Amino acid sequence: MADIDYQALQLPYRPHPDARATQPVRHPVIVVGAGPVGLTAALDLAAHGVPVVVLDDDCRLSTGSRAICFSKRTLEIWDRLGVGQRMVDKGVCWNVGRVFFGEGEVWRFDLLPETGHRRPAFINLQQYYAEGYLYERAASQPLIDLRWRHKVIEVAQLPDGVRLTVETPDGRHALLADWLLACDGSRSPIRGMIGQQARGRVFRDRFLIADVKMQADFPPERWFWFDPPFHPGQSVLLHRQPDDVWRIDFQMGWDTDPVEAVKPENVKPLVRALLGPEARFELEWVSIYTFACERMERFRHGRIIFAGDSAHRVSPFGARGANSGVQDVDNLCWKLALVLAGHAPESLLDTYCTEREYAADENIRHSTRATDFITPKSEISRVFRNTVLALAREHPFARALVNSGRLSQPCAYRDTPLSTPDDDCYDSPMQPGCVALDAPIRRAGHDDWWLSTLGGGFVLAVFCGPGQLLPPALASQAGLPGVPVRVVAVHPAGAADGLAAADAGGIDHVEDAQGLLARRYDARPGTCYLIRPDQHVAARWRSVEAGRVRQALARAVGIAEPAPAACGADADRRLA
Amino acid sequence: MTRLNIQPNLASPDDFYEALLQAHQDLPIERSHALNAALVLLLANHIGDKDVLREALARARRCVDEAA
Repeated sequence: MADIDYQALQLPYRPHPDARATQPVRHPVIVVGAGPVGLTAALDLAAHGVPVVVLDDDCRLSTGSRAICFSKRTLEIWDRLGVGQRMVDKGVCWNVGRVFFGEGEVWRFDLLPETGHRRPAFINLQQYYAEGYLYERAASQPLIDLRWRHKVIEVAQLPDGVRLTVETPDGRHALLADWLLACDGSRSPIRGMIGQQARGRVFRDRFLIADVKMQADFPPERWFWFDPPFHPGQSVLLHRQPDDVWRIDFQMGWDTDPVEAVKPENVKPLVRALLGPEARFELEWVSIYTFACERMERFRHGRIIFAGDSAHRVSPFGARGANSGVQDVDNLCWKLALVLAGHAPESLLDTYCTEREYAADENIRHSTRATDFITPKSEISRVFRNTVLALAREHPFARALVNSGRLSQPCAYRDTPLSTPDDDCYDSPMQPGCVALDAPIRRAGHDDWWLSTLGGGFVLAVFCGPGQLLPPALASQAGLPGVPVRVVAVHPAGAADGLAAADAGGIDHVEDAQGLLARRYDARPGTCYLIRPDQHVAARWRSVEAGRVRQALARAVGIAEPAPAACGADADRRLA
Repeated sequence: MTRLNIQPNLASPDDFYEALLQAHQDLPIERSHALNAALVLLLANHIGDKDVLREALARARRCVDEAA
C-alpha cells in the first residue's frame, strides 16, 4: 500500500451540532491540540472508556519531519493503544550511537545491549507519519470526536469544570468540559489565557535542520560529530529516517542570520561538505531553531491540565520532547478515567503533577547538561569539553563524560506516594515507581511479549512454581470497587501446558518462555508485582496476600484507607 | 563520609612540584589550560569519591575567591 502524503492531508472542517445548541454542551474531557500528545491522550482516554472531544485550530497534521526519534517507552505505550506496530513497520529501528571528534570516532554506545525486548531503543519516523497513524486510529474510535478548525479563544474555570469559547469558520460557540487537557504545544494559547507561563533557560545558539532525500549507505545509527572537518568548530548530528530521508542537524552559532541560513543556496554547501562534492540529494525540509529548557510551575490548574510541550520544553538532544509528552498522557489518562468514574479521589490527579513534574525536571536536567556540553558557555567550558573529547579516544572513563544528548529513558517515579515501599530485597534495578521491564513470554501456545499482555488496567503478576495454582478468588479479593485487578500467573517455560490462556477463575496464564521475566524481576515462586495501568511498578512482595495487594492498590489510586473486601478475613490468608 | 585530605600526603613535594611545572614547559597558556583540564579530569576519575571531589571543588573556589 502506498503511503498517504500526511503533510498534504486536509482534514475536513465539519460544523458540529454543539455549535447550534441553545445551552453549551458538556463533555467529560476536551483535549486541545491534535499533535502526537493530544492524539495519544484521546486514544488512551477512549481505551479507558472515556468519550473525548479533540479540538484543533488547524486542518493539517505536522508540516515537516519535526520530532523524529520515538523511544522504546513511547512505542510500548503506542502498542497498548494499538498503533505501535504500524510505527515500527514504517520507522527505522536503531540502538547504536557514535560520537566523533574532529576526524575520529571517540565513542560508540548501544542503548539496548540485551535482547528479549519487543521494541528497539528508538525508531526514527517523521512526525507526520506518527501523527498520521495516530490520527487514523483516533478517527476509527467511536469515543473520539475530532473537530478540526475549532480554535479555543477563551477559557474560564468553573468550580466543576471549564467553559470554553470556540471559534470556527461558522462563528463562535461555547462548550463545557469536566476536564480540559491542554496539549497545545510549546506556545500554548491555553496557558496564556489563564495567565500562566513556562520559565527556564533560553540557550543562545542556533541549529539548522536539513532533512535531505538521498541514496546513502550510512547505517541506521545516531552519528554525532564535535568539531568535524566539514563543519569546523560546531557540531553535526545525522539520523536516518524512512523513505531515504536523512536528518542532518548543524550547529550554527548564535550570530547566524536565521533568514539567510535557511536559503537553499546556503544550506546545500553545508550538506555537500558532509557528503562530498558529488553527492546527489534533494532538500526535503529546512528549519532553523533555537531552544529553551523550561516548564510551568504546576501542570494542573483547577480543571485544566497541561501535558507535553505546553507544560515543559527541552532541547532536542536526547529526544525528550515528544517522548516525554506521550509519557505525560500515559500517566494521566488512567487517573483521569478513574476520577471521572468516581472510583478515585480528585487528588489522584495531583500525583500526575508530582510524577510528571519530577520527570520534567529530570528531562530538563539531562537536556541542559547536554546543551552545556554541545554549546559551551565560556572559554573554560570549551576547554574542558574538548579535553574530555580528546581523552575519550584512549581513556574509557572520559567516554562517560561525553554528552551528545542523554537519550530518553522512562522516568522512575522514585518517591511517588502511589508506590508501596519494598519490605524485602530484590536484585533488580526495577524498583517500585519504575516502568515494568519487557520479556518474551508464551500465552495460549503462542509467542508474545510481556508488556503487550498487560493491557490498560492494574495487573497482579504472580510468579508460580511448577504446578502451582492460584486461588480463583484472588482477583476479587485483591480488587477494589471500580478498580479491578487482573491476576496473571507466570509459569516456568512449559509449565502452563494444558492451561487455557485464561481460566474460569479469571486468572490469566503465561509462560516465562526464556526465563528472562523471572530474572529481570528477580522473582522466585511466590514473588508478585502489582503493576499500574501505565505499566509502572506499584508494589511487590515475596508472597501473595490479597489484603496487602488491596492496600497497595488503594494507595496506587490515591485512597488512604481502603474499604474492607467483601470476602472478609479470608482475604488476608497467606497464599504462597 | 570521606574527607579531602589536606594534610601532607606527597612523599617528595618538591619533586612533584617540579614535575608539574615540567609538564607545562614551553606550552602557550591555552594549551596549559587544556593540560590542567586533562589533569583535573584524570585525577577526579581516580579519586572517584564525590564527597571528596565536592570538597576539593569548594576549597579550590574559595582559594581563588579569597585571592581576588
